Amino acid sequence: MADIASTDAPAAALAIGEVDDSTARLHRNLMIGIAAALVIAPFVAYPVFVMKVLCFALFALAFNLLLGYGGLLSFGHAAYFGMASYVSAYTAKHWGLTPELAILAGTGIAALLGLAFGALAIRRQGIYFAMITLALAQMAFFFSLQTPRFTGGEDGIQAVPRGKLLGLFSLADDRALYWLVAAVFMGGLLLIYRVIHSPFGQVCKAIRDNEPRAISLGYRSSQYKLAVFVLSAGIAGLAGATKAIVFQLASLTDVHWSMSGEVVLMTLVGGLGTVFGPIVGAIVIVSMQNFLATLGAWVTVVQGVVFVICVLLFREGIVGMIAKWIKKPL
Amino acid sequence: MFELLGVPPQALFGQLLLGLINGSFYAILSLGLAVIFGLLNIINFTHGAQYMMGAFVAWMCLNYLGINYWAALLLAPIAVGITGVVIERFLLKRIAHVDHLYGLLLTFGLALIIQGLFRNNYGSSGLPYSIPAELRGGYNLGFMFLPTYRGWVVIASLVVCLATWFIIEKTKLGSYLRAATENPTLTQAFGINVPLLVTLTYGFGVALAAFAGVLAAPIYSVNPNMGADLIIVVFAVVVIGGMGSIMGAIVTGFSLGLVEGLTKVFYPEASATVIFIIMAIVLLVKPAGLFGRAA
Repeated sequence: MADIASTDAPAAALAIGEVDDSTARLHRNLMIGIAAALVIAPFVAYPVFVMKVLCFALFALAFNLLLGYGGLLSFGHAAYFGMASYVSAYTAKHWGLTPELAILAGTGIAALLGLAFGALAIRRQGIYFAMITLALAQMAFFFSLQTPRFTGGEDGIQAVPRGKLLGLFSLADDRALYWLVAAVFMGGLLLIYRVIHSPFGQVCKAIRDNEPRAISLGYRSSQYKLAVFVLSAGIAGLAGATKAIVFQLASLTDVHWSMSGEVVLMTLVGGLGTVFGPIVGAIVIVSMQNFLATLGAWVTVVQGVVFVICVLLFREGIVGMIAKWIKKPL
Repeated sequence: MFELLGVPPQALFGQLLLGLINGSFYAILSLGLAVIFGLLNIINFTHGAQYMMGAFVAWMCLNYLGINYWAALLLAPIAVGITGVVIERFLLKRIAHVDHLYGLLLTFGLALIIQGLFRNNYGSSGLPYSIPAELRGGYNLGFMFLPTYRGWVVIASLVVCLATWFIIEKTKLGSYLRAATENPTLTQAFGINVPLLVTLTYGFGVALAAFAGVLAAPIYSVNPNMGADLIIVVFAVVVIGGMGSIMGAIVTGFSLGLVEGLTKVFYPEASATVIFIIMAIVLLVKPAGLFGRAA
């Protein structure tokens, strides 16, 4: 069985093999570079914009963990992102939870939702899997639409307090909040990197590339698939919950299926099945949306065009192309 | 006044009729998806946008060219079907050799483009399209009032669905099609022009969506988002029915519309999600779908 990330993106094929020393060194240097960029970023760019990019980058990383390493194209990741943002906004506003607890609550709910939806969706593969995740996510959307007492309906949950971290440090200032978001992002990135290169990640890749063979080797493939699904949903939730605290808002946009499409686009632009691609993709797409905001509905058209071009001519994505060029997995 | 299960019959039958009408649209759309999926192995995410295009072409025909409903019912599917042929020739053909999921992504991108373009030109508020004079009014059946147009929609879609089923299952062209689905290389070796068949099949599937769009135009207001949310419900219908059979698409389409209508009577809160709940249950019990063959 051939899956999307392995058959078609040459860069991903490179990523399957053992990571040799020079690659490991390259990755370590890149991590240090990213950390350095995170430290400098708020001083050269508008912190709220950088935080938005980081939240979406983490969301795209979570999505890519599932697609690139589990071979599962979920078209309903907005459900975990959006529901987590509602839970975190609600608990912070109405229960007065501190931001870190609110974010944890959102992440936990997203993981639970991922467990329920994932258990259903992994019963089918390929295109069916995509359709099922999409349909289940639409259920989450209708739930949000029809329970205004919890979600605020069309208005969403507004004026969410940023609160005090651990009850001590006020996050009202953008700079103060930025360090929390940067830490969450870096933590998420390192976690995903660790998972991908663990024995668990290797088994996931084996299942992605040839499920019957992995089963015949004695691996219970559905348990692995479910585990990677839950992990991905949880991290997507972490991103959504953090976003709710940053923008002090949780709304229907976050849980609508067009958000699921956006995260697919980010990953595709950056490079499917590459470790760092989703980050680049998120930077590109979020910046694009910011610059094109004045164009109104044309943004959708531009996004659609980018989608079509990526699928037709540019399947490796930006990072995938660089990886092919330097002949090292990124 | 008698009551059925605690619900006035007018309301019950009214909702059932509404359900049957929604079911007609589910059936035509999932049938179109099934036809396309059979030969191209692509889930046509643009299907909702193409349904919307059908409604818009009918509206344009009337308002720009003065072409009436009956002509539009024929012209709109042809026009939109031709755009489908162009899409297949220039875009889908290029990705036929790679993973099928890329087909889903490509058609998703196309849907964004088409919906965005229509939204820019016509806004999101919706345009009215009046019921043709011949189909105005209705019949009093005693237990309920049947608006003529709604009855027509149900009959027209049944006829189109059954005609499609007949073509695919009972004619020579249909047997070529089924052969090409099973084994395109071998079918080609027998001298059948499979690429042409693929192109025409996509065009036909798209035309079905557009036909549904024209039928829908007088019922719902014609607006750029009309297909976007419908298509996801249709995906759920497809999962429930299973992609294997043409009949499956038709039967599940109509019956899920009815189920949705019944839910609206007895527990309205769940009406938007009932199809997704059924999908979850079907997946637990029969992952291949009710009419599908195991993968």
